[in-house]
Amino acid sequence: MQLEQYIKAELEKPEKDILLMTHIVLGYPSLEVNREVIQQMVDNGVELIEMQIPFSEPMADGPTIVQANQEALETGISVADCMAFGKEMCATHDISFLFMTYYNIIYKYGVENFFRKSKDYGITGFIIPDLPPEEGQEFLGLAKKYEISPILIYAPTSTDERMQTLDSYADGFMYCIARKGVTGQQTDFDTEFDHYIGRCRAATNLPLAVGFGISSREDITYLTGKADIGVIGTATINLVNNEGATAVGPFIKGLRG
Amino acid sequence: MATPGYYGKWGGAFIPEVLFETFKELNIAFAAAKADPSFWQEYLDLMSTYSCRPTPLTYAENISKHLGGAQIYIKREDLNHTGAHKANNVMGQGLLVKRMGKKRVIAETGAGQHGVATATMAAKFGFDCTIYMGEEDVMRQRPNVFWMEKLGATVIPVTSGTKTLKDAINEAFRDWVTDMEDTHYVMGTVCGPHPFPEMVAWFQSIVGTEAVEQISKFAGKLPKRVYACVGGGSNAIGIFQGFLDTPEVELVGVEAGGLGLDSGQHAARLSSKDSSPGVAQGYHTMFLQNDDGQMNDTYSVSAGLDYVGVSPILTDLWEQGKVRFEAATDSEVMAALDMTMKMEGIIPALESSHAFAQAYKEAGELSPDDAIIINMSGRGDKDIFTVAHAYDDPSWKEFIIKKGAEYAA
Repeated sequence: MQLEQYIKAELEKPEKDILLMTHIVLGYPSLEVNREVIQQMVDNGVELIEMQIPFSEPMADGPTIVQANQEALETGISVADCMAFGKEMCATHDISFLFMTYYNIIYKYGVENFFRKSKDYGITGFIIPDLPPEEGQEFLGLAKKYEISPILIYAPTSTDERMQTLDSYADGFMYCIARKGVTGQQTDFDTEFDHYIGRCRAATNLPLAVGFGISSREDITYLTGKADIGVIGTATINLVNNEGATAVGPFIKGLRG
Repeated sequence: MATPGYYGKWGGAFIPEVLFETFKELNIAFAAAKADPSFWQEYLDLMSTYSCRPTPLTYAENISKHLGGAQIYIKREDLNHTGAHKANNVMGQGLLVKRMGKKRVIAETGAGQHGVATATMAAKFGFDCTIYMGEEDVMRQRPNVFWMEKLGATVIPVTSGTKTLKDAINEAFRDWVTDMEDTHYVMGTVCGPHPFPEMVAWFQSIVGTEAVEQISKFAGKLPKRVYACVGGGSNAIGIFQGFLDTPEVELVGVEAGGLGLDSGQHAARLSSKDSSPGVAQGYHTMFLQNDDGQMNDTYSVSAGLDYVGVSPILTDLWEQGKVRFEAATDSEVMAALDMTMKMEGIIPALESSHAFAQAYKEAGELSPDDAIIINMSGRGDKDIFTVAHAYDDPSWKEFIIKKGAEYAA
């Protein structure tokens, strides 16, 4: 509930037609650089950040994020390091932080322990792409108990019926993947997408976030009025790789307004 | 089974949302095929004409006498078309793909046997075919890469992660989430999300059905023990299913002991203390992983057993005490392979040689009145480079050097 209220309150601010959620792979290339990148993102108006706890088998991710997961793990980063960093970010910045990871990380950590600590830190939501609600009954129960939003996913392949089922479990916002495939490839916005996002809107009252292949001001402009949150993932990872952390601020600033 | 897709607490379908409808469609198609006797008949007809079913049960007379214990019988899955039990599953899924009207198949492969079988099936049925194979496995199973390509498949070396079977599975899933309407993922083993474990086990049950009949005929009784190597577990599940209702038959799964269970360099999930419950690659089972849930880099001389997870069906049988798990080390495997070649004129795959190694270790404990079966999951021809290297064979080396010079010129 709290996450949804935060999103709605932000959207009511006069200058904000669409919010931005960015993505960080924790430990890639290092927590120091993550810290700097997050500072740049926050300073330039990002409202939500999903912090990915790296996993050795990131099945739903594309090459850039796969490599980022792998290199982060090679630096020796642990789940405990990621949790401590999440705690620090929540305490430092007045925006919404979510954890994104694969289910095994939470499962091995202890599902309830993961919820309890995340709640203490002030984490607002979890995005777990390999946990459909059918397998996540314990997870969804704990999400209610600890008031952390379980972010579920709509895909262009989801039927209207499936979207309604997912809506009955979801909270915070709905993560609509813009196209089939993995993260990081270009998305073409066309009438097919418009039809899809219309189906998403009809299926849920939750705010809609659109991710996968969103990388430019043109993309954000296109999404404004159609979605509530634009998700920038691989684009900033590439930017940090190519131009360093300081390039992130101007990039984010240039996406809106 | 209380919930479909669960074996005790193992299994499930931990799939990305984008594949929800694809799995729904697959479940419906599979259930319809399973309920239709004409489908199984079509499958049997295909396997007896395109492959070599029923495969023989061979009495290993020389080795039985040499070891002085149980009479050893070998179930010859190597005599399948493409040289391994993999064909049983692949041809079955191929028939299912035809029913579903899809035009493209993708698969992961470790040793390359599943890849070759899939490429063969795709050529026969007219499907496009892409095979994902870890870069490390491409290097150690090069002959199979050659044949897959010649059969018309595209082989994509996977460079992420540990560059082995699990990474090939991840990459196959990444392909599938991009292109699911026309594409079927031919999972090669009894792992992954439901319905794959159930489906692959069903097609592989043909091995056990034949083996029960054959051993009863030849030995006049049920075997004391049945040995099978276990990577994902499909050949083991295949033959074990024939004996699950006869508890007097002891079922032994043999995992890759690599350099030894204490070395950390192995792929023994259920026979070592190094695994723990986890969820990855779409299912819940025992994985070789660290305390954070990151998968370990497994090791085995055999690419096909070099895998972090194991079938949820086998994990359940292990937990219930219905299957005993052991491990054979690389050196035990080489010795077993050598003995099988020299004394029986049979060349088992490195994977299958794990089952031989464990059976040879134990045969002497049993009486000559007892029979045992070793499931020979595949033939060893594909392993020529690895085996020649392990033998440090001088004339082979000389040949390779000459051939290399010829191509370099």
